[in-house]
Amino acid sequence: MSLTQPVSAPAAVAMKLSVEHLGVVFGRDGKSTPVLDDINLEVSEGEFICLLGPSGCGKSTLLNIMAGFLSPTSGRVRVDGEPVRAPDPRRVFVFQERGVFPWLTVEGNIGFGLFKLPRAEREERIAHYIRMVGLEGFEKTYPHELSGGMKQRLEVARALAVNPDMLLLDEPFGALDSITRLIMRGELLRIWEAERKTIIFVTHDIDEAVQLADRVVVMSARPATIQRIVPIDIPHPRDISSPRYLELRDGIFQQIGLAHKL
Amino acid sequence: MNSLSEPSRWERFVWPIAASATLLALWHYSVLWSGTKVFPSPYDVEKGMAELLKHHVLWGDIVDSLRRVGVGFGAAVMIGVPLGLVLGWYPAINQVVNPTMQILRPISPIAWIPVAIIFFGVGDRAAIFLIFLGAFFPIVVACINGVSNVPSVFRRAGRNFGLTPPQLLARVLLPAALPQILIGLRIALGIAWLVVVAAEMIAVDSGLGFLIIDSRNSGKRYDLVVAAILIIGFIGLVLDFGFRRLEKLRSVRWGFRSES
Repeated sequence: MSLTQPVSAPAAVAMKLSVEHLGVVFGRDGKSTPVLDDINLEVSEGEFICLLGPSGCGKSTLLNIMAGFLSPTSGRVRVDGEPVRAPDPRRVFVFQERGVFPWLTVEGNIGFGLFKLPRAEREERIAHYIRMVGLEGFEKTYPHELSGGMKQRLEVARALAVNPDMLLLDEPFGALDSITRLIMRGELLRIWEAERKTIIFVTHDIDEAVQLADRVVVMSARPATIQRIVPIDIPHPRDISSPRYLELRDGIFQQIGLAHKL
Repeated sequence: MNSLSEPSRWERFVWPIAASATLLALWHYSVLWSGTKVFPSPYDVEKGMAELLKHHVLWGDIVDSLRRVGVGFGAAVMIGVPLGLVLGWYPAINQVVNPTMQILRPISPIAWIPVAIIFFGVGDRAAIFLIFLGAFFPIVVACINGVSNVPSVFRRAGRNFGLTPPQLLARVLLPAALPQILIGLRIALGIAWLVVVAAEMIAVDSGLGFLIIDSRNSGKRYDLVVAAILIIGFIGLVLDFGFRRLEKLRSVRWGFRSES
């Protein structure tokens, strides 16, 4: 266990993902910019983790490394004990927006990753996830005819359809209006409770992190380090006006403030 | 095109027809007032067209021209699209090939006529080669741009679902680039239709281009010349219109909508 992790995950649950002494330095125009510095994190199976930090701090970079899209400069990420080297359908990335394929219908998008399945099973899965994200009646609709929230639900459904162990969400609700965002958080929690995937959720929204996560990983400005890991010990559904919620939220506010010397 | 007041239904037909009628009238009276003996009036052209139809030469010429465009353009698509996709996908190869292509690209296919005749002799194949050249570069360039403009989000999503490189090309890059590729194909078809007329004036003895040059040479039949010109314009319009229908297909329509 690293020092930055004050509360260890329950011992009975298997460890899913570990980040070990991870560092990233971007080289551009002969200058090297450190982006991530000695990141250590352990995530257990079925856990909901929020990576919280200011825009541009490198939390998306960390998520891209977990997905296998980027390689770290030093250190490594392991999933189920194996080092991550390339993208893999067992851990699916959900992009902030425009990640759905505009040339495919709702059905086509959800079925995109299911090309190895026999037809009957594929159609069954597509129907199942269309129901799960509430897109019934839109099977033949193209993404440009859907609202922003529907597109995001479609992308989550496409990710879930391949039955991954882990979802990596990069500010998935960042482009939505605040009301739709609240609804989508509820939907995501409902899906998470039904499917129990391990979720890593990147956000810069403190409320969002405290509403969703089992643990909030607070990151500093660039080069990002883990400032603190805050366990959110409020059962779902969370009362966002309860004293404990406000206490945790204000604690993180303060942490971020300290981190950036406001 | 953005105008505040949507034209009503009848306006959309009546004004364009009125414009054509005005032009015809202008043409008619210009011929009449100038007293020219060489240039035909619209009425002469109509008689010429009827004559061409009656002697059945017109259909043969139209079919020949369309066949040459079909073969030349078809070959340009079959070679240009895969080549453009590969070059778009591997920027390293593109960097090697690009300078050569940039030099060849702005050369009018007409400039190649002597070269085409050396290679293929006077005949069909020389004409088809010229059409191929005219259509090839716009197609390749559209495919390169189409593929390299595919957002990295789509490539990453494709890789995330475990696609092999050929699958990624077929299932992500090609459909994502298709709207841009279609625009390139439409431009290329337009160019092919321009080039066929020029090629037929030199290399062959059939087709609409030959009809023009032949009508002029054998008896200065300018009524037939103008009739052929109008037919060329009309067929070009039909080809373009047909291609535009493709852009309405549901799987590519997203690429032609204005940003919303």
